[in-house]
Amino acid sequence: MSELTLTVMRLGFLAVLWLFVIVAVQVIRSDLFGTRVTQRGSRRGGAGDTRAQQTRQNAAPPHQRQQQQQGNRQRRGAPTKLVVSEGTLTGTTVALQGQTITLGRAHDSTIVLDDDYASSRHARIYPDRDGQWIVEDLGSTNGTYLDRTRLTTPTPIPPGAPIRIGKTVIELRK
Amino acid sequence: MSISNTTTIGAIDAPSRRNTELLLLVFAVVVAVFAYLNVGLALDGKVPSGVLGYALGLAALAGVAHLVVRKFARYADPLLLPLATLLNGIGLVFIWRLDQSPRLISLAKVAYGAFTPSAPKQMLYSAIGVALFVAVLLFLKDHRVLQRYTYVSMVVALILLIAPVFFPAQFGARIWIHIPGLGSLQPGEFAKIIIAVFFAGYLMVKRDALALASRRFLGLYLPRGRDLGPILVIWALSILILVFETDLGTSLLFFGLFIVMLYVATERTSWIVFGLLMSAVGAVGVASFEPHVKARVTAWLNPFACYKTNGACQQIGDALMSFGSGGTLGTGLGQGNSDLIGFAANADFILSTVGEELGLAGTMAILLVYGLIVERGIRTALAARDPFGKLLAIGLSSGFAIQVFVVAGGVMGLIPLTGMTLPFMAYGGSSVLANWALIGILIRISDTARRPAPAPAPSTDAEMTQVVRP
Repeated sequence: MSELTLTVMRLGFLAVLWLFVIVAVQVIRSDLFGTRVTQRGSRRGGAGDTRAQQTRQNAAPPHQRQQQQQGNRQRRGAPTKLVVSEGTLTGTTVALQGQTITLGRAHDSTIVLDDDYASSRHARIYPDRDGQWIVEDLGSTNGTYLDRTRLTTPTPIPPGAPIRIGKTVIELRK
Repeated sequence: MSISNTTTIGAIDAPSRRNTELLLLVFAVVVAVFAYLNVGLALDGKVPSGVLGYALGLAALAGVAHLVVRKFARYADPLLLPLATLLNGIGLVFIWRLDQSPRLISLAKVAYGAFTPSAPKQMLYSAIGVALFVAVLLFLKDHRVLQRYTYVSMVVALILLIAPVFFPAQFGARIWIHIPGLGSLQPGEFAKIIIAVFFAGYLMVKRDALALASRRFLGLYLPRGRDLGPILVIWALSILILVFETDLGTSLLFFGLFIVMLYVATERTSWIVFGLLMSAVGAVGVASFEPHVKARVTAWLNPFACYKTNGACQQIGDALMSFGSGGTLGTGLGQGNSDLIGFAANADFILSTVGEELGLAGTMAILLVYGLIVERGIRTALAARDPFGKLLAIGLSSGFAIQVFVVAGGVMGLIPLTGMTLPFMAYGGSSVLANWALIGILIRISDTARRPAPAPAPSTDAEMTQVVRP
């Protein structure tokens, strides 16, 4: 065996050994970034309660959202946030960005209501094509009230009108 | 709150990562076979005849271990098994390389009348070790079962540690027990695991008493006397082991393990201060009375002064010279002269062969592989959901780390040399078996820790909505 071959093998083995160590370290790199941070578009208006962070924005397909945002922009004086004004979640705000907001006791709702008088999937609030926000009762047991009237059909929400679900009252604000 | 408004922080979904493990295992086997080829080419100038058998054997062991992990511990850490396989494979290559040394063969013929190669035996031990690993994964479905055996394991560990006293000393230390017909066994290696089980179970129950009931004095939290009891007992025991078995390594491991686990369980720095003080007192005391330990200390302090007169000094001196002759990049596999160490070249001193033939670069890589195993163990402890699993994983990985430190430090002249084996690399059945079992337990804990948590029960949905009665 020539001297050159042995030298090449010697250095080659060290290189392979170190390559193994480096590959092993690459494998554990995921530990250093153990949590994944997903960046979403910036939103204004802080969410006061942790429950409100359970927003499921990504559910809406992107093109639809974009369209809705455009519709949003066209409309002057459209509400920008949803505020809970009565009930256990008082003070919670959710920014309105053209996404559908679901309300109910189900843990995958946008606003999870801790309220015995609310149904699992109680109501939803969504913008129509013009950016007008609509509230719709989802066949709840005790009904959804806009001002004093119980909803039977999807109804546009006038600004500042209280929506009552069980013990919770929400309203849309600018 | 404004940050959490625009970002969602979610756990990385837990993939099983078994394919990563398989790829790394293949890589590890390739590295080991490369080393084997390299040794053969350097020694004889041709491809060694046993290479196919070695490659197939190692690949079969790795494959079996991988399949069992895939089946019975799907979410286990992907690195532990490949790292252990690499160390075991390279260790086999070094043992085989030292088997080829004419110096060692003639030395063995003079000493024992015949020479038997160690590598085939070590291969057999590795196979038994992997079998033990498989058995651990098969029969230990949940590591918390071990918690039930806290005090049983204490008794078993004490018996294992005391047993060698009744057998004759060998090579200056009583660390073996001889089973007629089966050969000899180093119970200390197994005691390491069992004592970690005991400490984990004991500290899990007592941690609050140890951590909270203490007086503050000079910035240190002094524990109460009755809480200090166990540490004193362990200290006395490790000193006794040191005196009666002249086994510095095991007592250091034993005591260090307890201090580390105590610190992790209670988060009190004072335990470390106490531990270091007490081990220093114990070591100095024993070193000044026990002749065997005293010789080791002398050899450590100035190996070249007594190089010609004392065997221990000569070993240390030879080891230091082999590291020196290796330099940065080493002499190349199969081209060093570390067999001049003679006796125990393939056991306690195997690291000096690594140091000579792979140089500083290779030794660093090997030590990093050990470090990665320890890191994975500690990571497992961090991820574990139950306190017992946390403590056990910390205990096992810190025991592993202390053992590597004690033996590597001893060979390199950092601390007095003690009779311990380098896990997975050194020749010795007990060590290989015990360390495979240790990796098995760590893999079991990491499987439990990384397994995705079951989905929460849909409590709010399941309840009936109350109806408003007018």
